[in-house]
Amino acid sequence: MRLGQGAPAARILAFGGYQPAQVVTNDDLAARLDTNDEWIQSRVGIKERRVAGPQESEIDLAVQAGGKALAASGLSSDDIDLVIVATCTIEAPIPNAAGRVAHRLGITAPGAYDLNAACAGFCYALAAASDAVRSGSATNVLVVGSEKLSQWVDSEDRSTVVIFADGAGAAVVGPSDRPGIGPVAWGSAGDKAEAIQIKDRRSFLYQEGQTVFRWATTALHPVAKLACERAGVDPADLAAFVPHQANLRIVEAIARKLGADNAIVARDIVLAGNTSAASIPLALSRMIERGEVQSGGLALLLGFGAGLTYASQVIEIP
Amino acid sequence: MALTEQEILAGLGKIINEITGIPADEVTAEKSFVDDLDIDSLSMVEIAVAAQDEFGVEIPDDQLKHLKTVKDVINFIQA
Repeated sequence: MRLGQGAPAARILAFGGYQPAQVVTNDDLAARLDTNDEWIQSRVGIKERRVAGPQESEIDLAVQAGGKALAASGLSSDDIDLVIVATCTIEAPIPNAAGRVAHRLGITAPGAYDLNAACAGFCYALAAASDAVRSGSATNVLVVGSEKLSQWVDSEDRSTVVIFADGAGAAVVGPSDRPGIGPVAWGSAGDKAEAIQIKDRRSFLYQEGQTVFRWATTALHPVAKLACERAGVDPADLAAFVPHQANLRIVEAIARKLGADNAIVARDIVLAGNTSAASIPLALSRMIERGEVQSGGLALLLGFGAGLTYASQVIEIP
Repeated sequence: MALTEQEILAGLGKIINEITGIPADEVTAEKSFVDDLDIDSLSMVEIAVAAQDEFGVEIPDDQLKHLKTVKDVINFIQA
């Protein structure tokens, strides 16, 4: 037996993002629920979010974002030999999303699996993709975070419906001579599993807001710092900090404690809501589109959510 | 050595000012966080975490919801 021949390193070739067309503003929600724009903006920082209709599934969202990332990468569907879809909101678990997404994008016979690390899913999948390229298990990997949270949220529950939304983001990962994806710092806190949960198949998403807020604002900046340390990057040298878009106050609290003084901090939640595994690649793809970050700059990603799970790594912006 | 009420109040005033921008001298013992200071539940969590760092006393979420006034927090820290 012998080992596969991997690449010296992996990098991200391109990002892609997609949001469904239907915009839901805070005023739309206030018209039917006991809430208001001022309350929502002050508590979670969201102005509007997007929701997919009954005709658009999490697979459709993933295909849109994956197709954009693939096109921007300059590769063709034939070049991809592994597809990982990070999602925790798939309508039914069989068959998986990855095989269907690959087929729709014309990617023939790739390794294809779904990965559930909830809102940390994209960072987990990115680490898995990087490792696959370096070990030789894959040459080029399509990584997608896609979520249709609207189908798991009670539309009458003002504590969750204002926060969670639908969307997808994707990245193409390929071989490189120098590191473009840093070592992952990851972990989990299963003792707090009940803080964010869907109790059974007939239930909706529930979260203990204060517990999650306390955990996120105290336990995660050390993880982000560890990811920088493992990559040998000073937080002051980061061009961008792209944490999971859970809540603007969590984003700002972590950014404050991280000390990434020169980094643009992603605030995509304002117009996208919390899209779980999709939020990081969606935010970063839009920052690249708007020209807020430059190719070659370093970005720190930090995913965290149900599980509780968390993962962070430094990447070079494509 | 246990801190006095005045010392804890001064520390809380500073913490609340840093987190919410409310002037520290407006933070007095009889004030209600919600009704008088307009502090929401998430800011209360941030205040509890900062108070833990400052005074070494953990205020869990299930206790935090019972602490309505500044004096309640002072008593909790002193207890």
